[in-house]
Amino acid sequence: MFWQKDIEMISRRALEELQLKRLKQTVRQAYKNIPFYKEHFSKLHIQPKDITSLKDIRKLPFTTREDLREYYPFGMLAVTKEQVVRLHTSSGTTGKPKAIFFTKKDVDRAAELIARCLIMTGVAKGDVLQNMMTYGLFTGALVMHYGAEKVGVLVIPAGPGNTKRQIALMQDFKTTTLHITPSYALYLATVMQNEGLDPQKDFSLRRAYLGSEPYSEETRKKIEKFFHIDVYNSYGLSEMNGPGVAFECREKNGMHLWEDNFIMEVIDPDTGETKPDGEKGELVLTTLYREAMPILRYRTRDITRILPGKCKCGRTHRRISRIIGRTDDMIIVRGVNIFPQQIERVLMGVKAVAQNYQIVLESYDQMTVRVEIVKELFDGKVDHLVNLRNEITEKIRSEILVRPKVELLEPGTLPVSEGKAIRVIDKRTL
Amino acid sequence: MEQLKQLSIFSENKPGRLTKITKVLAEEGVNILAINIASSDGFGVIRFIVDKCELAAQKLRQKGFTVSLNEVMAIELVDRPGGLFEVSALLSKKKINIENAYVLILGSRKKAFLIVDVNEIEKAKKLLKHENLRFFTVKKRGESKTVQGEKNDLE
Repeated sequence: MFWQKDIEMISRRALEELQLKRLKQTVRQAYKNIPFYKEHFSKLHIQPKDITSLKDIRKLPFTTREDLREYYPFGMLAVTKEQVVRLHTSSGTTGKPKAIFFTKKDVDRAAELIARCLIMTGVAKGDVLQNMMTYGLFTGALVMHYGAEKVGVLVIPAGPGNTKRQIALMQDFKTTTLHITPSYALYLATVMQNEGLDPQKDFSLRRAYLGSEPYSEETRKKIEKFFHIDVYNSYGLSEMNGPGVAFECREKNGMHLWEDNFIMEVIDPDTGETKPDGEKGELVLTTLYREAMPILRYRTRDITRILPGKCKCGRTHRRISRIIGRTDDMIIVRGVNIFPQQIERVLMGVKAVAQNYQIVLESYDQMTVRVEIVKELFDGKVDHLVNLRNEITEKIRSEILVRPKVELLEPGTLPVSEGKAIRVIDKRTL
Repeated sequence: MEQLKQLSIFSENKPGRLTKITKVLAEEGVNILAINIASSDGFGVIRFIVDKCELAAQKLRQKGFTVSLNEVMAIELVDRPGGLFEVSALLSKKKINIENAYVLILGSRKKAFLIVDVNEIEKAKKLLKHENLRFFTVKKRGESKTVQGEKNDLE
């Protein structure tokens, strides 16, 4: 099913023409209205008229998270304050937040993209979407909310947390669709299990959209199997509207990035060089269809790759792989670059350990991975536990090429998360 | 031979775990007859022989502990030099491999038993069936009552 079939199935050629037209508009708009861009253009000795093909995007300056912070609150706004109708902020752990503004049209356009995503995954009128992301300054919940209303489904603005109430809502209103973080989905599964609930018999769930933190394919399978649902990857970031930037279709093989709204590039994060399709690197996005805040070549810090080839669903918008990691999350131990998701992937493949884990960094050459054993599989034998620990150690070592210290913990020892999970505890000091 | 069950509890190796476990047993009126702790770099398994093992397992699980129950044998050791030798020589003759073993002593040292945890308990029991051995077991009614004395405890 399609929300905007003509644009979702547009020929590559027509899409690229549209992209170029919109890119030129965006560049002019940014140059004219945002001093930050004017300054950078001058430094690089370029002008909007130098953009004559899509490839010319490489001439443009990057925009970083730090730039958005520096020009907080109004410095990146391309319209007058009277024209904006909504503010979202994205907070970092340190320093100033980033301000993201929407005009009325921007709100509507973001909702259109979500509508495409929902219809693409089989949602129809009559579906009930329980939105378990945080409402408020964070874009995750509200942008999804507006898109779902546009499609005409019933939205339950549950927000995260209060798991027993979530379960009651799901049962009382026959929720079919969840919008949830992966770590909260895993926690929800644990609670249902403890309450003796059968996800298949006691609920009407059919699908879930998982986003806002990276997770592995194994985690998806685990969640799909437990709830008996289809899990779709969702990608977005506040700076680019929030959710709805890229989304999986029913093929569940990569996320279609809506290329009529964004130009994507994958670059080498160290050199800034563009990588060919299929190669891993940092995702860089340029908005093509925004009024309040056009952003050129935004460094997302998310590591992914563009999947070469056509998708069976017929959509022509290219796909990106699930987010492999964030350049921020990357940890370096013994000089090796490691993403926590690599460790998660290994743990999901080991039956006798639970979903929750923690990585503790005490020095630059030692990493400890703490995992909980599964209660039901404990048989009282020390040698089985020792073998389990050795198995995990060896599997992680072959994945990341660093031998970790593995600690087996009693179930329930690690903190459970109802939002974004804290997986890495870095005790190192420079 | 009636079944004798051993209670195993997974525990991280840190202060206070044994206290928490034994507190549950004390509150439930479970009497500990023998204990054994095996640890390996960071974690351990604490094993008990108790008078009410099913109740103990249930209560510990309710409190969130990771518990396993498995059958073991308790072979009486004669109280004289060579007592343990005789039993272990017999086990070795029968090619029964011991995974773990510890001792249970009853009635002010009047009787001692070797608790033997083996891989294939049914096979081991069969192999020892016709040997002149005495085994310790907790009587079924012991589930609701503490063990009175060794007279009742022996088959």
